[in-house]
Amino acid sequence: MGRLTVTRLTWQIGEVTDIVQETPKVATLTIEVPAWSGHLAGQHVDVRLTTDDGYQTQRSYSIASPPEEARLALTVERLEDGEVSPYLVGELRPKDSLELRGPIGGFFVWRAGDPRPLLLIAGGSGIVPLMAMIRHRAAVEDHTPVRLLYSSRAFEDVIYREELERLAAADRTLTVAQTLTRSQPAGWTGYARRLDRAMMDEVAWPAQEGPQVFICGPTSFVEAAAGLLVDHGYDPRWIKTERFGATGG
Amino acid sequence: MSQTSDLKLDGNAIGGLLAEIFNLEMTSAESTCGGCGTVNAVGRVDVYVHAPGAVVRCPACDQVLMRIVHGPGRYWIDLSGIRCLELVES
Repeated sequence: MGRLTVTRLTWQIGEVTDIVQETPKVATLTIEVPAWSGHLAGQHVDVRLTTDDGYQTQRSYSIASPPEEARLALTVERLEDGEVSPYLVGELRPKDSLELRGPIGGFFVWRAGDPRPLLLIAGGSGIVPLMAMIRHRAAVEDHTPVRLLYSSRAFEDVIYREELERLAAADRTLTVAQTLTRSQPAGWTGYARRLDRAMMDEVAWPAQEGPQVFICGPTSFVEAAAGLLVDHGYDPRWIKTERFGATGG
Repeated sequence: MSQTSDLKLDGNAIGGLLAEIFNLEMTSAESTCGGCGTVNAVGRVDVYVHAPGAVVRCPACDQVLMRIVHGPGRYWIDLSGIRCLELVES
């Protein structure tokens, strides 16, 4: 059930302090936002760009950093026909300012301390809000059992690959399963197909465990994953989804 | 998947728009559809933002729950498809 939270959203100016290229198309922007009010894992911000002639456009981006980190991290995928992302990934430089507002959202959030086992399912850059949850859990040394199922097109498209390997190696309660749907490198031991019932039966918690589920990705991916989980015996109320459409921008 | 399906977002996508209107976190509010009575968190309902404004539909029966248009200096908000909005005080 939702909580009544007064949230006066105002546009704020942040300063980009660091840009890390995660994959050929994806970069993480670290942003210093003075007087940032803090956020929850899973929330997003709106980013607004204003052109010299006054035209404004905005898009939503999930927060990648955990609540425990002072600086905000946004991981953004560059979409060639997008209006905002080609600027954020490609033109923006450290020390540039960026206009944003947030944090936004109270539905697709996870707080450490929830006893239910977690199932996180990500398609492509849908990993970003789920990574904030994984980082939040690690930062507060929460040991809620987590299974992540992460679907990417190819090995070079896997965002946070090394960090996920490191976190999973150090924590027996975090399991990471990956599938590469388009191409796989030699020696790949993960899945090599789109999500299907057999994969869910192997990765998802048994329904008797009453897990909490977060799914984020393109609309068609999210709907397919949620449908498979209902077939797996999950109550739809356990499943929270965030769809970012076909493109985003 | 059809093109229409991939244009479909969910209530999370208008969390910022709703907060700018209501000054409240609305995605976790529970909405009751005036058509079929299904109760869903606003974050869970279907949202289309490709119209001149945002169109919010019930995922169970497809009834329009809300329409929000932001014009120059004003908003038009049609909530006629929602029977009840429930927000819990923290």
